[in-house]
Amino acid sequence: MEVPKDLLFTLEHEWIRVEGKNAVIGISQFAQEQLGDIVFVELPEVGSQIEKESPFGVVESVKTVSDLYAPASGKVTKVNKDLETNPEIVNSGPYDAGWIVEIELSDEKDLESLLDPDAYTEQCQKETE
Amino acid sequence: MSTSSSLKTTPLTQIHKELGGKLVPFAGWQMPIQFQGVMQEHQCVRDGVGIFDVSHMGEIEIQGPSARDLIQKLMTNDIDSMQDNQALYTLMCLEQGGVVDDLLVHRFSEDHYFLCVNAANTEKDFAWILKNAGSCDATIRNTSSETAQFAVQGKDSEALLQKLCETSLNEIKYYHFKKAKIHNFESIIARTGYTGEDGFEIYIDAGHAETVFRAILSAGKDFNLQPIGLGARDTLRMEMGYALYGNEINEESRPLEAGLGWVIKLGKQDFIGKAELEKQKHAGNSRKLVGIRLLGRGVLRPHYRILKNGAPVGELTSGTFSPSLNTGIGLCYVSSECAEPGTKLEVEIRQTSVPAEVVKPPFLPTRIKKN
Repeated sequence: MEVPKDLLFTLEHEWIRVEGKNAVIGISQFAQEQLGDIVFVELPEVGSQIEKESPFGVVESVKTVSDLYAPASGKVTKVNKDLETNPEIVNSGPYDAGWIVEIELSDEKDLESLLDPDAYTEQCQKETE
Repeated sequence: MSTSSSLKTTPLTQIHKELGGKLVPFAGWQMPIQFQGVMQEHQCVRDGVGIFDVSHMGEIEIQGPSARDLIQKLMTNDIDSMQDNQALYTLMCLEQGGVVDDLLVHRFSEDHYFLCVNAANTEKDFAWILKNAGSCDATIRNTSSETAQFAVQGKDSEALLQKLCETSLNEIKYYHFKKAKIHNFESIIARTGYTGEDGFEIYIDAGHAETVFRAILSAGKDFNLQPIGLGARDTLRMEMGYALYGNEINEESRPLEAGLGWVIKLGKQDFIGKAELEKQKHAGNSRKLVGIRLLGRGVLRPHYRILKNGAPVGELTSGTFSPSLNTGIGLCYVSSECAEPGTKLEVEIRQTSVPAEVVKPPFLPTRIKKN
């Protein structure tokens, strides 16, 4: 499975892409495959604070409800409004059109504990065995 | 992920794997929950035709001079109303009125029947029937392990299956069946289903199941036939508001509240549960099973609380996302004063009240061919 090299990952299958002081968050290809057809995404409010390792939203497929865990703490600067009407773009483009939120990072140290693409690929292999 | 060896497998497990099915434990069986994806499979059945492996369902055959009396005593619906080659939906109740199972009775002849029962209830039903049969003159056999069952559902199901059958399927009317060859193997072909579409359920010797299933898949290429998993089976039945044993009905439920009075024939001779069901009918229902539809977008799940002006009025027995309506739908017992279609209610989703309304199921019109 090809994992984009500019991302960091959580064990719960969220990714984060750092762009200066801000960062974009989504769920991985592996996560969207495991969930199946995504039909609803509950987004946080713009301006709200999300905390590393705490739930900040929910993705629902037909069969399952799954919490979204923040890879890092920060203030929400943007949410992907397209998900309100077309949540299936998380399935078709988990790393681009299906991004979920953008935050202003509170502390770059939050990123240190995240998995790099190689470590994450290994993690996914473990889970499918 | 692990697959427990204690799970039963159907004769089609190998094909499911080849077709990319995601296998999960269900009612003690290893069953495909999805192939291409629930949404697409759902649409495939609504738009054309899909095939389901439902071999986990149980079959019980009852034959002998007392068969009719025995079934009449066990079932709430009127078996005497049946003709040969007819199927009938019925409940089998306890003396106290709770539901042992909901099932289909098929009549071959006046003294020969077979029942199609829920997978999780097969052993329980078989034991219940034996217990109530006592020494009556009928042979009762649990033929589940030697019988495979497929459902072929959707508007193109007749045209597709006709390619593999000499018998004219057009002659099989809704809730009727025929013993007929499919791809040269003996089978029972019934015009029944659990999707709200025209379609058939096929019972066949387990040893021939794989060959026939492959033949149907191959003949189905012209119709864009797809294999369908249990995920879409649930969304399809939910859109029709069909009860699911274990969710809407169980041994504690009151079937009249579930809107199943139409299969409880209190005018017929004595049957198990009759006295209690008469009493319940006389007393009237304080609750009623209704459909719930979210007014905005979202997904409903079993056990979500239903509120009216902030006060709890019930809990969902089933809930899902309707691919046809693009929002959450569910079923719920509510007090009679909240049961009127159009009544505005709220669903508690993760501590938030979300607006919803009462709907009289089905959530969309059925396309069953009733004549």
